[in-house]
Amino acid sequence: MSTLRALAAAQAVAAGLAQPVATVRHLHLSRRPLVLVPLAMAGEANAPLAAMVGSAPGEGRLLIVPQPRNRDQRFAFAAELAAIVLPYIDGHRTANEAVAVDRGRDVRYRYLDAPQLLVPNPAGVTFLRLLGRSTRFRRADGEYPVPPQVPLLGRWLTFFAERAEHPGSSTLVAMTQALTLHWATGQSAVEDLHLPALLGWIAPPAGLSGAEAAARAEDPSSCPPAGPATDPEFDNRLLAPAIEAYAAADDEATRVEAYAELERLLRDQLTPTWELMWRGLGLLRALPPGARVAGRWDGDRDAFTAHADHLDSDGAPQPRRDGAVAAAARLHRLERAAATYAVQRAYDDPLVMAEYRLTGEAFVGEVLLADPTRVDDSGRRPVLRPRIQLLTTDPVLAPVGVTLTSPSRPGQKARLVFVTPTADGKTEVVLELSGGMGRGLTASPGSVPEVGERLCYTTLSDAYVPGAAFPTADETPWTHGGPPASAAAAPDEQWA
Amino acid sequence: MTGTEQRLAAIRGDAPPKRHNARTIAALTGNPGCTRRAVLDGAGVDKPALAERIGFPARFGQSRFAITRGNTFEAQVKADGGAELLRLVAERLGVPVPAAAHWTDLGGGDDLADRARRSATLLTEALPPTGSHSDEPAGAGEPSPVGEPAALFDHPMLGLAVAGQRVHLEPDLVAARLGGRFHVVEIKSFPVIDGQADPAKLAAAAVQSAVYVLALRELLTARGHDPHLVSHEVVLVCPRDFSNAPVAHLLDVRRQLLVVRRQLDRMDRLDTLLVDVPADFTADPAADPAILAASLTRVPARYAPDCLASCELAYFCRHEARGQTGALGRPVREALGGIADVDEVLALAGGETVTDPERAEAAALLRTAARLRADALATA
Repeated sequence: MSTLRALAAAQAVAAGLAQPVATVRHLHLSRRPLVLVPLAMAGEANAPLAAMVGSAPGEGRLLIVPQPRNRDQRFAFAAELAAIVLPYIDGHRTANEAVAVDRGRDVRYRYLDAPQLLVPNPAGVTFLRLLGRSTRFRRADGEYPVPPQVPLLGRWLTFFAERAEHPGSSTLVAMTQALTLHWATGQSAVEDLHLPALLGWIAPPAGLSGAEAAARAEDPSSCPPAGPATDPEFDNRLLAPAIEAYAAADDEATRVEAYAELERLLRDQLTPTWELMWRGLGLLRALPPGARVAGRWDGDRDAFTAHADHLDSDGAPQPRRDGAVAAAARLHRLERAAATYAVQRAYDDPLVMAEYRLTGEAFVGEVLLADPTRVDDSGRRPVLRPRIQLLTTDPVLAPVGVTLTSPSRPGQKARLVFVTPTADGKTEVVLELSGGMGRGLTASPGSVPEVGERLCYTTLSDAYVPGAAFPTADETPWTHGGPPASAAAAPDEQWA
Repeated sequence: MTGTEQRLAAIRGDAPPKRHNARTIAALTGNPGCTRRAVLDGAGVDKPALAERIGFPARFGQSRFAITRGNTFEAQVKADGGAELLRLVAERLGVPVPAAAHWTDLGGGDDLADRARRSATLLTEALPPTGSHSDEPAGAGEPSPVGEPAALFDHPMLGLAVAGQRVHLEPDLVAARLGGRFHVVEIKSFPVIDGQADPAKLAAAAVQSAVYVLALRELLTARGHDPHLVSHEVVLVCPRDFSNAPVAHLLDVRRQLLVVRRQLDRMDRLDTLLVDVPADFTADPAADPAILAASLTRVPARYAPDCLASCELAYFCRHEARGQTGALGRPVREALGGIADVDEVLALAGGETVTDPERAEAAALLRTAARLRADALATA
């Protein structure tokens, strides 16, 4: 929790309304995302109960499982869900583009667009991860055959769930997290997980304060939970009798009637969340995207293309657990992504950068003096090294000699030469610039900041950091258990 | 009746004290710094009724689907005289699977004291006399090869002193005696998928099991046996992956034992807490709601958002804590320099002069934060 975010939360309490903590949108939003609101059966191991899914507000399809404990019906649900999700995914595999790799010596291809799944909350992500886990090892043949699209769905859902762990990815987004990335409410992080209350704070209905709207949203009888867990009261009072009635139906007419009743109950539970999802999406769409959002979405498209190719070639399901090497590589990848994402958000958004200004990792100042023609001839060859002096009111805690970058001039390095506190509590900073000024000993026009310009400089760097090298799985060191024996889930693993 | 007991009875009202169970005892460890909670729980106040009465009903409903599933799984695991359970537990403990085990169901019967006596007698019957384990380091070492046969005890009636009162615990658990040591066996119906369980459910199960370990140890101590005959490793039996097949895991509950022990000790010293409680303090659910609410505010609570998941009174305390930074979560409060009051935070951020030197640093931080926030919002 940064102090700036905490301050925004305090302001939200006082104002009775959520306060912005971002000035731009930090995630990519697809033109046609697939919104998925799942419900699970209480007490069971991720047994689907119902879902509402679709890629436009008016196109929500309701899927239900009338007997959630029946494993055949669970697979029938998975097959129905696959019939919606898989065509949606395939719809993004039409056009691709060439991307130069290996310094232009080679090209690879990636799809121009990628699928995007939206679920209400992190528990929804977990639901999809477990649904993927329970279906991806299924087989269309053998003792417990399932429709062939079920294991394929499992592999895709696992892909989505793994991307959701990747910082900065927009492939599978939990709405509560997307919203809290941009707004701070006057309630705690635990309460922010409740989508109706969160949206109550951000966009209360007319005549209500955010706090009042959030309080109203806490009553499960008027505002059903956003899933996957259902309201226990709903389970006991309405759902259980309806499921029993369906099970007890002994003729077709009664069964159809009981099914319709179940559908009605579950639709009533899902529709409010469904509508909130599109409202949340509308709020996010109203924000302008950050400059580096598109670049991160390229990474999502790369990952999508790679997984589609993998499924095309042999399609082996993701393992139950990573081996030692794969786990180390994944951790490294995630850490790099987290670091890059943090830097990019700060570069894109002055309000995020303000957090670093508060901790002394960045400062904003006005250029007082500039010497754009300064040449350093102390080395073997003279080099252009202009200097600028800035005056800032921010605390400057970076040590002299460190290299800084300005988000508005990312190609130029600035070495911190002098830091001089002035009498009135401000700080004078002298920077020596290199790079981004053209060739030769004269800076190209506009490449050196001019007197009067207001600039931000930071120790955060979004320069490319090469990835670490890991041994192959066959070369796993003995310290990490040695090369793994191949392990796969038993194909007869039961689902129920 | 001692003075403390009389005070607690007066606080509680006419009703008999509400019985604790392992879940409520486990919940005590959630927010140990909360005086209001310690007093109410110590007095055995009917907190759900109290919360309802003052207009902040708790929301701890349980779905009957979950209850059914739990009961079914437990019955399945315990079927056939526990043969499957014995195999699971023995294999997980790494001891040879006994050909047969003695299955004793200590359930049934109405008289609690009788049941507790019977449990204690049967549980300790075949144990070696005190002393034979005294040279063994606590909690470690090989289980001593004692000759008595493996035994499983279902529904043992255990007791624990909570706030000076004897609390009877009726766990659905099984105490397994294998290789001369007892292990608490806890059967839970949440799944363990690829070796991983829901962290919140796992944590709750660990604290509950620790309560049973503690109670079982007290029972042995009371009968003159070495308490460390009860292992700090609990056997957790859960459904594996997405199936109904049970799988056993070992759970080290040493840390939870310390936490539970500490909180129980604290509740034993309720009289020291009661010194600061007003003499006419009442939490009797039969009293007038306005009087109740006013009375409650005189005993300080320490509300944190976590309370919502564990304390029946949480919605009342949350309402009371409006405008406090702690209600937003402790990290928020810390990030705001520890200032407790939202209005004060905003006043300091707005540049109000600080008289208290201890707040100077927080004030400077908040002022800078406010300036930077305004600056960033203006330039965007």
